[in-house]
Amino acid sequence: MAHDKRMEVRAIENGTVIDHIPSESLFKIINILKLDKETNRITIGNNLESKRMGSKAIIKINDRYCRPDEINRIALVAPMARVNIIKDYEVTEKLKVEVPETVEGFVKCVNPKCITNNEPVRTAFYVLGGEEISLKCRYCEKITFQSQLEIVPTGTRQ
Amino acid sequence: MKNLISINDFSREEILRIMELAGEFERRPYQPLLEGRVVASLFFEPSTRTRLSFESAINRLGARVIGFSDTSSTSVTKGETFHDTIMTISNYCDMIVMRHSLEGAPRYAGEISRVPVVNAGDGANQHPSQTLLDLYSIQKTQGRLDGLNITMVGDMKYGRTVHSLLQAMSQFGARFTFIAPAELALPEEYRIYLRDRNIEFREKTALEGSLDDADIIYMTRVQRERFNDPIEYERVKNVYVLRDDMLASTKENMRILHPLPRVNEIDYKVDANPKAYYFPQTENGVWVRMAIISYLFGVK
Repeated sequence: MAHDKRMEVRAIENGTVIDHIPSESLFKIINILKLDKETNRITIGNNLESKRMGSKAIIKINDRYCRPDEINRIALVAPMARVNIIKDYEVTEKLKVEVPETVEGFVKCVNPKCITNNEPVRTAFYVLGGEEISLKCRYCEKITFQSQLEIVPTGTRQ
Repeated sequence: MKNLISINDFSREEILRIMELAGEFERRPYQPLLEGRVVASLFFEPSTRTRLSFESAINRLGARVIGFSDTSSTSVTKGETFHDTIMTISNYCDMIVMRHSLEGAPRYAGEISRVPVVNAGDGANQHPSQTLLDLYSIQKTQGRLDGLNITMVGDMKYGRTVHSLLQAMSQFGARFTFIAPAELALPEEYRIYLRDRNIEFREKTALEGSLDDADIIYMTRVQRERFNDPIEYERVKNVYVLRDDMLASTKENMRILHPLPRVNEIDYKVDANPKAYYFPQTENGVWVRMAIISYLFGVK
């Protein structure tokens, strides 16, 4: 195995593997899951070849089992992602990424005049259906479309 | 505890209840139902009509008003957060009526306040008491709210009164005509809103020939500050002047509403036409605000 040059990202013993992430969403997911603050070993691969997606990213987090509510946040930027929980090198659980009904605290409202962008108020949105995921602000009622979606940096979150 | 933050917070039944109460207050304008209560009137942003009609309504109900009409004399100038201002004031009063330039500020206030909050306008977002007084004016002049042809003219893009009124009237099976220049056309999210509810609407750019089937013409001010090109504004401004001769072939029951202030979109000669209703409309604001306050206090 050590000589297999095609093996780009190593298997993990215990933890969470998030696969089929669109390359452009990788850093958003790092932010959503606060991986920049994570002290466990993490392996991240980006711009990997994918037959289905062209280019993809993968994240392997050792010794952390992501909760379904954490996983569902990923749906906003990577609805096609696949999440596997690994125990003793085996996939013990496949988590489905589901779009949540509400989103709180980590997405920025697109409206510069919204109270959440001007006062220390935690953001909150209702998730609207449709082809493209869009978020309706609970406060200013403006819609943030997926293409406008910005993640609040972990250090400044309320 | 119920707040009034957005017109969507009120069901069809609640809207009809407000209409009924407003009628009662119009017939008997002094009813000291709230003697001894204190209502805070917090205008973080200036206003004439809305603040004075709210304060008139509070006084006619026998309650007392505390508050401010701008923030220069408050701790906001010392850098106090909105959160702390609301937490403090909600300990001094039984209800908060507030206007704020930041959108969503009243919703947030409603979440943290221990007393009911009434939104008296938050930026370009919502102005529900204006919407309810528009509805009351429509009902009073038409005898009903159901199945009317509503023609809205001017700024369909930024006008908060337009958005709130179309949401409210959607509960009553209205048919809409929106007349606006392409730059100020109705935003896509409201088209989706109407289509989802199977509400009939058409969009036009010319005023002439679009008025004859209207029961209500709702005029709005085209806001100069929204235009990048001043020449474009001049062209559009002249297209949307409602003149007396345009009203000759309109329906007998048709009435013209305007949330005011007016600039030049309604010619002054129209004021004398019996179809002009924008000044009586402002008087209705007091009855409707009395209805809102007494309903939220649970005394009516």
